[in-house]
Amino acid sequence: MFEDFMVNAWEAGTIVAIIAGVVGFFVVLRGNSFLAHAVPHGAFAGAAGAVLIGVDPLIGLGVFAAGGALTISVLGRRARSDVITALSLAMMLGLGSFFLSRSSEYSAEVFSLLFGQILGVSSVQIVPMIVLGAVCLAAVGLLYRPLLIASVLPEMAPSRGVNPQIITVVFGFILACATTMSVPIVGALLMFALLVGPPAAARFVTRRPVTAIPLSVLLALVTIWASIALAYVSDWPVGFFVTAISALIYVAGRGVSALRRRVPASRNTARVEAEAVAA
Amino acid sequence: MGSDVAVASGGFLASPTVQTALILGGFVAAVTGIVGVFTVVRGQSFAGHALADLGSVGGAGAFLVSINQVWGFVGAGIIAALLMELIGVQRLKGRDVTTGVVLSLGMGVTALFLYWDTTIGSSSNAAVSVLFGSLFVVNPAVIGPVIGLSIASLVLIVAAYRWLLMSSLDTDLATARGVPVRLTGIMFLIALALAVELSSLTIGAILSTALLIGPAATALLLTRRFGLAALLSAAIAVATTWVGVWVSYESYNWGGPTNWPVSFCIVALIFLTYLAVRIGAHIHSRRLKPATEASAAPAVAKDAGRHVAEVMG
Amino acid sequence: MTHSTQEWNDVPGAVLSARDIRVTLSGKLILDGVDLDVAPGEFVGLIGANGAGKTTLLRSLLGVLKPTSGTVERPRRDARTGGVGYLPQKVALDVDAPLRARDVVALGLDGGRPGIPLHRRATRKRVDETLDAVNALSFAEQRIGEMSGGQQQRVLLAHALISDPALLLLDEPLANLDPASAYDIVTLLDRLRRTHRVAIVITAHDMNLLLPVMDRIVYLAGGRAVTGSPEAVVRSDVLTRLYGRPIRVIRAEGRVMVIADDAGIPDEVHHELPAEVAGASGSSGLSGSSGGGL
Repeated sequence: MFEDFMVNAWEAGTIVAIIAGVVGFFVVLRGNSFLAHAVPHGAFAGAAGAVLIGVDPLIGLGVFAAGGALTISVLGRRARSDVITALSLAMMLGLGSFFLSRSSEYSAEVFSLLFGQILGVSSVQIVPMIVLGAVCLAAVGLLYRPLLIASVLPEMAPSRGVNPQIITVVFGFILACATTMSVPIVGALLMFALLVGPPAAARFVTRRPVTAIPLSVLLALVTIWASIALAYVSDWPVGFFVTAISALIYVAGRGVSALRRRVPASRNTARVEAEAVAA
Repeated sequence: MGSDVAVASGGFLASPTVQTALILGGFVAAVTGIVGVFTVVRGQSFAGHALADLGSVGGAGAFLVSINQVWGFVGAGIIAALLMELIGVQRLKGRDVTTGVVLSLGMGVTALFLYWDTTIGSSSNAAVSVLFGSLFVVNPAVIGPVIGLSIASLVLIVAAYRWLLMSSLDTDLATARGVPVRLTGIMFLIALALAVELSSLTIGAILSTALLIGPAATALLLTRRFGLAALLSAAIAVATTWVGVWVSYESYNWGGPTNWPVSFCIVALIFLTYLAVRIGAHIHSRRLKPATEASAAPAVAKDAGRHVAEVMG
Repeated sequence: MTHSTQEWNDVPGAVLSARDIRVTLSGKLILDGVDLDVAPGEFVGLIGANGAGKTTLLRSLLGVLKPTSGTVERPRRDARTGGVGYLPQKVALDVDAPLRARDVVALGLDGGRPGIPLHRRATRKRVDETLDAVNALSFAEQRIGEMSGGQQQRVLLAHALISDPALLLLDEPLANLDPASAYDIVTLLDRLRRTHRVAIVITAHDMNLLLPVMDRIVYLAGGRAVTGSPEAVVRSDVLTRLYGRPIRVIRAEGRVMVIADDAGIPDEVHHELPAEVAGASGSSGLSGSSGGGL
């Protein structure tokens, strides 16, 4: 399981899990799951287009991920963003099918862009991952507080000098960056599962953002490590294990939250306090 | 995709492939367009798209156990819809996370089924054909069930029409008027699953999402009346589908290895129609109010809609 | 068109000064020339029925909505003062959001700054003090999404207050509270404007809770406003002139009721979507202005 050719898989998986855990925290906080699905999924069309005109698929992925995120955040400003996301995704995938119909050679790789090929990662692919991953983390670190306030209290953000619309565009770019680095390795499907499941579970368990982010990263790491190991042992696809474990972790998180709500000790004290003030 | 080569020569309307595409495509487009209006208004676009993608689980699974794909698609759609409802679509916040978890789990299971499909021997391209399915290569065995189940979806929508209307406007108000909100939600999700799976099966998941959301969103730009929006949406869906089929058919003469994929042509038309109408609406509203902040309009318009006569204190 | 009582205009050293605010939205005139000056520590109520333009006026004062014409001078944010604090009418908070009351309040202090927060003891102390000032210290560690409406209101108030604003704009902060909590908030606000010299502009459709503390009332109807002391404004003749139809003001047991004599025009019943539901319609001008249809 730790042979030479597997080392790259462990490395790539670890990097992707860290990025997905951090970026995913904001995906869930902002209620952007659909965007997190649409950007990686639609970006594959860019790879198809890049192959058609003979450039590096990574560039095509990047252009489509960023372009898609930008289109959605700009058009979504004055309309329901889920509607715009759905339309843009369909349009990107439609373009993908158009590109594929123009060239005859690429069909097989579509499958790997969707479902990933983490067990076949080469060490050449690790370098751009690390660079783009570092860019993502730096951007999130720099914009941590504006992201937080624009995501939770968008109406109140302007009075703190934060423009939520600009944050929406910037976050779209962060997501595009995370997508571009990970989709060629782990596939759109697996990236999406990691962006949603572990971060959503983490927030059920802790009520502090500073602990929720590390916990989300930890859960993503556990998910991907366990999945690589299980895939190695069983020879089943990694994607299946990642999605199944993410879903399990999510359900477990909800269970914890349900248990917590059943014992609302702190609520009672608050109510007593409120009554005291009223009296 | 190589799937569109079936169209060769002869008059457009004379080709039996085109005839099937026009009839079946038009039918599916109309149903999807009507269901789409409710989907957009209820804010369930993501669920609608997820259900389209999730058809592939059923497709891959049906292949594994050798049953008609229709039942695989529809079964997977209904199970997914119930799962989404079960783990909480009723809470608007966090609903997208639930949808996302179900969607990614479903896709993971698809990956497993496809792996089994290929290792067991019968190589299938189910995932690719589900995503990019083409109106020009419809399996005749599915046409009957597709039409029957589409009608079932419409019947559900019509039966729950008033409830849907009430609960889409305001859940609390609907509850107060005795509308079974939860049941309405389930009925709608099943109707949505049926419509979306059937279009996903016949025309592909991409097109299914585009037909579900695009015409409905366009229609809602043009009118705020529910019934009218549904009819308008169906009309736009059918029109873009037919024109798209024609463009794809004609593109055979435009050079290139094959004709343009029909899904691409229809999606592009839907997208462009939406953009054009939105720009038109924007210009129209600009003319009415030269220099105002339009983004503030919804909240205010809602307030302004209420009556001025009041009793205070 | 504003019938403002002269003595209130041109307040020296006003923290907020709005002149001739006119707002047209979707072809509809929402505000038709409103003037307002607010002095430090003053308590001003924007009163009017639903749809009278209270929120529009407040958003114009805040600067997130650019008036069609007119000017607003508002306090700037600098090192000493937090500028304008704002509490919107509806804050949709996710029940499961991993944020405690304390985190939300800290964001009011430094939410716009870059980098990861490393809160020193001084910051934590300031957060505690602000939470204490709004009687919210006892639930400082709770998730914001799991609190009652009144508790959330107080935490968000602390969020707006912590940066030491010169002006607080509050949009219907009492609307969803039970009478006891609403009374609490009003008492709290009244104390804050005395201790912190913060000017308060608050919207409400029911003025009764605010009557004991309001210095001034801005009564909005049909896009126009009457400004003055509550006694000078809430009178049958003044409001009749404002509404342009018979209005009666009834005072009984310390409460005020404003009644339209010709009230009771039933709402038209039609199956139209509210603008927010039809949000897909984007700028929504097309349908909003024509009242539905093409």
